[in-house]
Amino acid sequence: MKIGKINYSELSTAQQLSVKYFTVAMVLFLAQLVFGLIAAWQFLAPDFLFGVLDFNVNRMVHINAMVVWMLYGFIGAIFWLVEDESGVPLVGVWIANATFYVLTVAVTIVVLVYLFVQSGPGDAWTLWLINEGREYIEAPRWADIGIVICMVAFFYNVAGTFVAGRWSGISGVLVLDLVALAGLYLAGMFYTTNLPMDQYWWWWVIHLWVEATWEVLVGCIMAWGLIKTLGARRRIVTTWLYVEVALMFGSGILGLGHHYFWIGTPEYWLGIGGFFSALEPVPLVAMVVHAVYDAGRHHFRSSNHPALAWLIAHAFGNFIGAGVFGFMQTLPQINLYTHGTQWSSSHGHLAFFGAYTTIIVAFIYLTIQRLRGDVWMSSDIQGGWRWKWSLALLHVGMVGMSMALLIAGYEQSFVERAMGGSTWQAYFEGQTQPWFIQAMWWRMVFGVIMTAGLVLLLVDFVKIGAGDTRPIQAVAASDAVEDAAQPAGAVAKAAGGG
Amino acid sequence: MSESGIRTEWWASENFWRKCAIFVTGFMALVLVLLTFHTLTVIEAGSEAGRVPAYAVINHRIGYVMDDDKRRMVPVIGPVAPLFGEELTEAEAMALVDHGKLTVQARNCMNCHTILGNGAYYAPDLTKAWLDPGWGNEDARELLMTMFLKDPPTNARTYGTGRRMPNQELTDDEVRAVIAYLKWMSAIDTNGFPSGFKPLPQGSLTPPAAAAPQSRAGASRALGTSPPLAQPRRPSTKSPPPLTSAAATGLSMRGAS
Repeated sequence: MKIGKINYSELSTAQQLSVKYFTVAMVLFLAQLVFGLIAAWQFLAPDFLFGVLDFNVNRMVHINAMVVWMLYGFIGAIFWLVEDESGVPLVGVWIANATFYVLTVAVTIVVLVYLFVQSGPGDAWTLWLINEGREYIEAPRWADIGIVICMVAFFYNVAGTFVAGRWSGISGVLVLDLVALAGLYLAGMFYTTNLPMDQYWWWWVIHLWVEATWEVLVGCIMAWGLIKTLGARRRIVTTWLYVEVALMFGSGILGLGHHYFWIGTPEYWLGIGGFFSALEPVPLVAMVVHAVYDAGRHHFRSSNHPALAWLIAHAFGNFIGAGVFGFMQTLPQINLYTHGTQWSSSHGHLAFFGAYTTIIVAFIYLTIQRLRGDVWMSSDIQGGWRWKWSLALLHVGMVGMSMALLIAGYEQSFVERAMGGSTWQAYFEGQTQPWFIQAMWWRMVFGVIMTAGLVLLLVDFVKIGAGDTRPIQAVAASDAVEDAAQPAGAVAKAAGGG
Repeated sequence: MSESGIRTEWWASENFWRKCAIFVTGFMALVLVLLTFHTLTVIEAGSEAGRVPAYAVINHRIGYVMDDDKRRMVPVIGPVAPLFGEELTEAEAMALVDHGKLTVQARNCMNCHTILGNGAYYAPDLTKAWLDPGWGNEDARELLMTMFLKDPPTNARTYGTGRRMPNQELTDDEVRAVIAYLKWMSAIDTNGFPSGFKPLPQGSLTPPAAAAPQSRAGASRALGTSPPLAQPRRPSTKSPPPLTSAAATGLSMRGAS
């Protein structure tokens, strides 16, 4: 390991896979923003690329790039922690490498078909080969099957490694969660004429991923991250993880009902969905308390400042974006007017960013630290303005966009829904209100700010730690009762037994 | 439960919360599965519950009215008013609606429009598109919808936004199928979403006395496979007009941009 230099060849295969997955994730993140900007501009200039790259294509690439890059980010993070957490080398290295290339080639083909073929005749072939036309899971059926095969292979790598090594609370939750996450995808892989039936199962994938299994997954990643960056006590972290799982699944599974208010499903979902989804912020509060407690307990002395900053951003972003912004419109009495307006879009933007972008970025900083030979990443990082400014620009951009969309959503709910009775004319009256148009302009401005933040972040990923010769700061646990036998000064290597 | 002499209360212990996590997750998953079994029977097309209509509902006039008991809007199935003048059997209607749904998915409509409120927010919701007052009246509706779907950019009503629907190059069959799908969709009981919607003017929603007795309160039951839906009268009085004749009629879209 040469401090300050790229040590890719000295990483383990699992860690090299993390680097690969994170790299593709960041390319897709950039693509997400580019297509988001095009779609945002089309709100202001509808003739822009009309008939060439229409709004539906840009918007589809925008949200699909997001889903895929976040899955890549999660896979990268899991490969990063699996050997450390299990104490043994990755099982099935050949399969893991092949899976990465197969998945990446498949994703590339899907995106190229989205962009250049776009749509097809109204028959089953289109659904199999081009696009399924179901928001978020548009990927054609052949790609669905490929994704499932890749996920099975990935599951074999992860679960097999834990079986070969040792189990912990974190890895137990992680593996069970992966079973649920992969299994739920199957619910989105069929066609039916019956629209309510279609949307019923469609939400099993979307909601039970985003508001249940993904949240638990990042809970696991967060738990491991806090042990690594702060030297937090494993027993406390694990207990918190169980608390979060109980609260998350306790509220999130039946919280699914808030998607069953208006799609033809029975009326009892109004009560069940309203009640349980209103509880969904509770575990997110617990996560904030947990992260802030741990950070404070260790006096914010961490081995990786950017990673810790993004972990804290995750805790707050998850609570505000997913929790508060979701709660605002989750009761059916208000959702009747906000459902399907920019209000949802505001929540969606802030929630995905706050809950998932943040924690993946945190993990990429951990990866880079190791890649640079366990370089110093605590106070006084060389060129430290970059990570701080990119963090600030990304947050200002995202919060600005969410607020602009929220205002547009308020306006739409009042003018189109409450006053206009949701006719098409009322829709367009809402869309032409000055407040709506101003909000679209502000969304565009903040979108550009966010994109600038991402470019700076990517530059920082390349440059941070380069040429620095100081070794990583030790963060030996400040608790006398620390139960993991961590060799002082080698936190990044510490296995942390349970 | 204790480390280095520090005692952990049972309610704060790792073991207790692990059991809690397992129990809560299992219980909630079980409840969801049980509710799912029930919901799936309810939302079967044409089921007794009457929330999701049989596909042959497209043979009937469909309304959307305030239910005085529920204090929310409900779809109402009126007398026979076949789509494009042609009554279909349940199987034929299902095939047509199916083709429409496939077309809507294949053309990626959901990434501009919302369907039952889900999708993107660049274009209007399609839940009650069949009943939208923008079509003027029920006599002009089928023709105007056909014209619009055949050439959306030319017939776009953008109400000053400048947003036009791109030409999806729909075939005549796809146009008919999409319209059938939208008509069927408008008869789904969505718990009053959208609220306060004012449908276009239509004829009476009360069937002739000879037909199945239906009051507004009983309408929701009529959504099922009740006799009027299951026994279409054949043959149809006239064949559907060729789509190409639509433009020749010179009918213009109300409120064209």
